[in-house]
Amino acid sequence: MKARVFVTLKPSVFDPQGHTITEALHQMGYGGVEDVRQGKYFELTLPASSKAQAESLAAEVAHKLLANPVIESYRIEVAE
Amino acid sequence: MKFAIVVFPGSNCDHDAYHATKHVLGQDAEFVWHKETDLKGADVVILPGGFAHGDYLRTGAIARFSPVMDSVKAFASAGNPLIGICNGFQILLEAELLPGAMLRNTEKYKCEYVHVRVEQTDTPFTNLCARGQVLKIPIAHGEGNYYADPDTVAALEANRQVVFRYVSPAGEVTAAANPNGSLHNIAGITNATRNVVGLMPHPERAAESVLGSADGKVVLESVVSALIART
Repeated sequence: MKARVFVTLKPSVFDPQGHTITEALHQMGYGGVEDVRQGKYFELTLPASSKAQAESLAAEVAHKLLANPVIESYRIEVAE
Repeated sequence: MKFAIVVFPGSNCDHDAYHATKHVLGQDAEFVWHKETDLKGADVVILPGGFAHGDYLRTGAIARFSPVMDSVKAFASAGNPLIGICNGFQILLEAELLPGAMLRNTEKYKCEYVHVRVEQTDTPFTNLCARGQVLKIPIAHGEGNYYADPDTVAALEANRQVVFRYVSPAGEVTAAANPNGSLHNIAGITNATRNVVGLMPHPERAAESVLGSADGKVVLESVVSALIART
């Protein structure tokens, strides 16, 4: 079963990479792009037999390794 | 005194730490591969700079789970002196041996001399310093932008856990002296029991005046002095 994990910086945390990308877009003429926040995307292949089990396992590895809870949060999507 | 210098795949300041402790200070020093669990009777452990595991995922995120880290944690919780320099500091944060996290620098990768002020002298790595002493030592990092939530930063300040702060050559905390965007100009911190220290600048690369500065030597000399005092 496949799970997708999206890791993003918490809203309260400044994102230097996103800020630099925003500035570049403005320089390219995309002044309408107000803000960019950069994150990470993971595709996990899991040995789960149910959606709930896959979600639980994905959440466990996201919490322990894929995201740093001090600065990041994560969101999980499991395909049926 | 014996220094153990942990070597992760991608560490690249391990030999600088070895040279500074073995040849400049004249102490025993030994490398410990990250898959080993024996710290070889060390009195001090150094997590050196570099790019452990290629900095993949996040700096220090993979190194945190190296087999040696269980021994390093036990060593630290027994009250022994442990220092993380640059990538070593990043590993200590990921391993939750120190609070907070690192973000990318606000501007770019920085490789330059900076000035840091010694804020606290009651740690094993600063006990030979004078409070307020300014050290000229180099940094070389892209992710040294220290972050912690406001409550954590307030607790660090209240408990005097900020050990080093980026300052002007005259010792003033200014925005211009902050090379990476760190909150409160934080360059280095200690844990609640004050035996674990992490800092982004490289004292081991500034231990001989022929290399441009010998200001970092006092950090390593301090721990030798602290251990002699303990015995």
